[in-house]
Amino acid sequence: MSWLGVPRRDWVILAAVAVVVGAAPLAVSRYYLSILVTVGVYGMATVGLCLLAGYARQISLGHAAFYGLGAYASGLLAARWDWSPWITIPVGVLGSGLVAWLLGRPVLRLSGHYLAMATLGLGIVFQVALNELTELTGGPSGFSGIPSVPLAWLPFNSEVRSLYLVWALCLALLGLALWLVNTRIGRVLRAIGESELAAELLGLDTAAWKVRVFALSAAYAALAGALYAHYVTFLSPAPFGFMFSLELLVMATIGGLASVWGGLLGAGIVVVLTETLRSALPKSLPGSSGELELILFGLALVAIMALRPSGLAGLGRVLLGRWAPRAALATPTEAVEAESVGEAARVGS
Amino acid sequence: MSDAAQYLVTGLTLGSIYALVALGFVTVFSVTGVINFAQGEFVMLGAMLAAQFVQVGAPLPLAALLAVAGAALVGALVFEVGLRPARGASELAMIIITIGASTAIRGAALLAWGTDPRPLAAFTPGPPIELAGAAVVRQSLWVLGATAAVLVALHLFFSTTAMGRALRACAVNAVAARLVGISPRHTGLAAFVLSGAVGAVAGVVLAPLSYATYDMGLMLGLKGFVGAVLGGMANPSGAVAGGLALGLLEAFGTPISSAYKDAAAFIVLILAMLLRPGGLFGRGLGRGSL
Repeated sequence: MSWLGVPRRDWVILAAVAVVVGAAPLAVSRYYLSILVTVGVYGMATVGLCLLAGYARQISLGHAAFYGLGAYASGLLAARWDWSPWITIPVGVLGSGLVAWLLGRPVLRLSGHYLAMATLGLGIVFQVALNELTELTGGPSGFSGIPSVPLAWLPFNSEVRSLYLVWALCLALLGLALWLVNTRIGRVLRAIGESELAAELLGLDTAAWKVRVFALSAAYAALAGALYAHYVTFLSPAPFGFMFSLELLVMATIGGLASVWGGLLGAGIVVVLTETLRSALPKSLPGSSGELELILFGLALVAIMALRPSGLAGLGRVLLGRWAPRAALATPTEAVEAESVGEAARVGS
Repeated sequence: MSDAAQYLVTGLTLGSIYALVALGFVTVFSVTGVINFAQGEFVMLGAMLAAQFVQVGAPLPLAALLAVAGAALVGALVFEVGLRPARGASELAMIIITIGASTAIRGAALLAWGTDPRPLAAFTPGPPIELAGAAVVRQSLWVLGATAAVLVALHLFFSTTAMGRALRACAVNAVAARLVGISPRHTGLAAFVLSGAVGAVAGVVLAPLSYATYDMGLMLGLKGFVGAVLGGMANPSGAVAGGLALGLLEAFGTPISSAYKDAAAFIVLILAMLLRPGGLFGRGLGRGSL
C-alpha cells in the first residue's frame, strides 16, 4: 500500500492538507490567510531541519542564517538588479545550499555540543555581517522594494496567490522529504543518527552524507527565506537572529523531530499558539501585552515537552486508541533510551 | 603598553563574568546531561533582584544575598517543574524545555520590571585606580574578587561536603552513582540550585558596570556557553579558562574592529574547535568530572 515507497497514508494526508489549504480562501479572512502563509514558510524550513536534526541527528543552532541567506540573496538580486524572482529564488536556494556545503565540510567534522556551538557561531557571524555590510544590505534598517513573485495571471488576489505559491512548494518539499526518508538515503541518515561509528563500519561515507543533508536542509531553509522575502517585500536583519534559529528547533522538536510531518505540525502549533496568545490575551485581560504572551509561550513549551518529549506527531494515533509500536513514535534509539536506567538516572527519578 | 594593560583588565573582568556563567553550564551538564539555556536568565535575575532590593531600601549585602537566593530558588523551580517530569527524554527535548523556561523567566521579568534599564550603584564609590598604566574601575576588582571567592567556595563544596561528592560521583558515572544510593533527583536539584546561585553572583557584580535589563540574559548565556564549550564542557577549571579566554579575545579584538568584535570572536572559536575538537583546555570529549 505505497507509492514511491511512501506509505499510502502519508499521500492521503498530504492530499487532504492540500485540499484544506486550497479551500481556505473560501472560508476564512485575509488575516487567517496570512497566518497560513507563515505556517507554510516556517513549515518548509522546519521540515528541512527535521531531516538534519531528526534523522541524521546533527544539531544546528544557526539555521536562521540559511533562511536569511536565501531571503537576502533573492531579495537583493530582485530589488537591486531587477532580476525576476523566478530566477532569484532558485539562485538564492542553490547558492545557500552551496555555501552550506562548503561550510559543512569542515564544521560537520565536529559533533554534539561543538557542532551546536559552531553553527551558533555561524549564525551570529551572519547576523553581524548583515548589520555591518550597510552598502549592500542597508544595515540594521534593512531595505525594501522587493518585488512579489509575478503570478498576476492567477485569478486571485495577492494574498491568495502567495498562499498557493508557498503551500504548493511547501507540500512539494514535504513530499520530497517523505520520499527521501523512505529510500536508501533515509536509511543512511537514520543509520548515521543511530550511531555514526556503526554507519561507518557498514561502509558508509558518513562525512559526505552529513554534508549533503546539511546542504539540503539549508536549501529548504533558503527557499522558505526567499519566499518570505518576496512575500513581505522588506528585509531587515532582526528576524534572522539566534532567536529564530531556536524557534525553528522548537517547532521541529514540538512537532516531532524524527518525523517529516512533525516539521509542519510544529510550525503550525507554534505559529497558531503565538497568534492566539497575541490576539486573545488583550481581550481576556485588558491592559496586558507582550509580557504574558512570552510567559505563556514559554510555559506551553515546557508543558508540551515535559508531557510528550518525542513531539506531538503521532499523538493523533495515540488518542484514537491505536497504539503504534513505540519505535514508530520515536526513533528506535529514543525508545530504548527512554527505558534505559542510564538515561533515567541522568535527570531525576 | 598601557593600552594592552587596559585591554587586559577589561578582558579579565568580562571573562570573569563569562567564567561564572560557564561554571553554571558545566555544573548542570556534568550532573544531569542537560544544557541549560536558562543559565543566562539566572544572571539577569541576580542583577535585577539586587537592583530591586536596593531600590526598596535594603542594604547592599542583604540585597545581594536575597538576589542570589531568589535565583537559586528559580533554578530549583526550573528543575522540579520542567525537567524532572520529562526525565528520560532525549537531550534535545531537555534543551527545548530549558529554552521554554528561559522564555517564561524573561517574560516574567518584563512583566515585573518593564524594559527600562535599572541602575545599581558601584559597591565602593571612587575614581578608577591607576595600575600599570591602566585605569581600573573599582567594580572590576569586585568582579574579580567575587569570581575568585566563588571558585574557592565551589572547590571546598565539591571536595569536602557529602553533597558535593555526590554531585561529582554523578558527573563521573550517573548509573554507578545511583547504584550506591545517590538520588539523581537530589543531585539534579542541587546542581540547578548551585548554577542559579553562581549565575546570580555574576549578575549582582555585573549590574553596576552595565545596567540591569530584562533581556541581558540571552547574550550572556550564549557567551557563557561558548566559554564552557571552549573549556571542553567537562570540568570547572576548563570552564573558567574558557570564559577568561573569551573575555580576553573580545577585549583585544575591540581595537581591531569593534563592529565585527562578536563575529571575530566566533570565527576564532570555530577555527579553534576545528583544530582542537577536544576543547581548548579540556582533556577530552564528553562528561568529565567536577
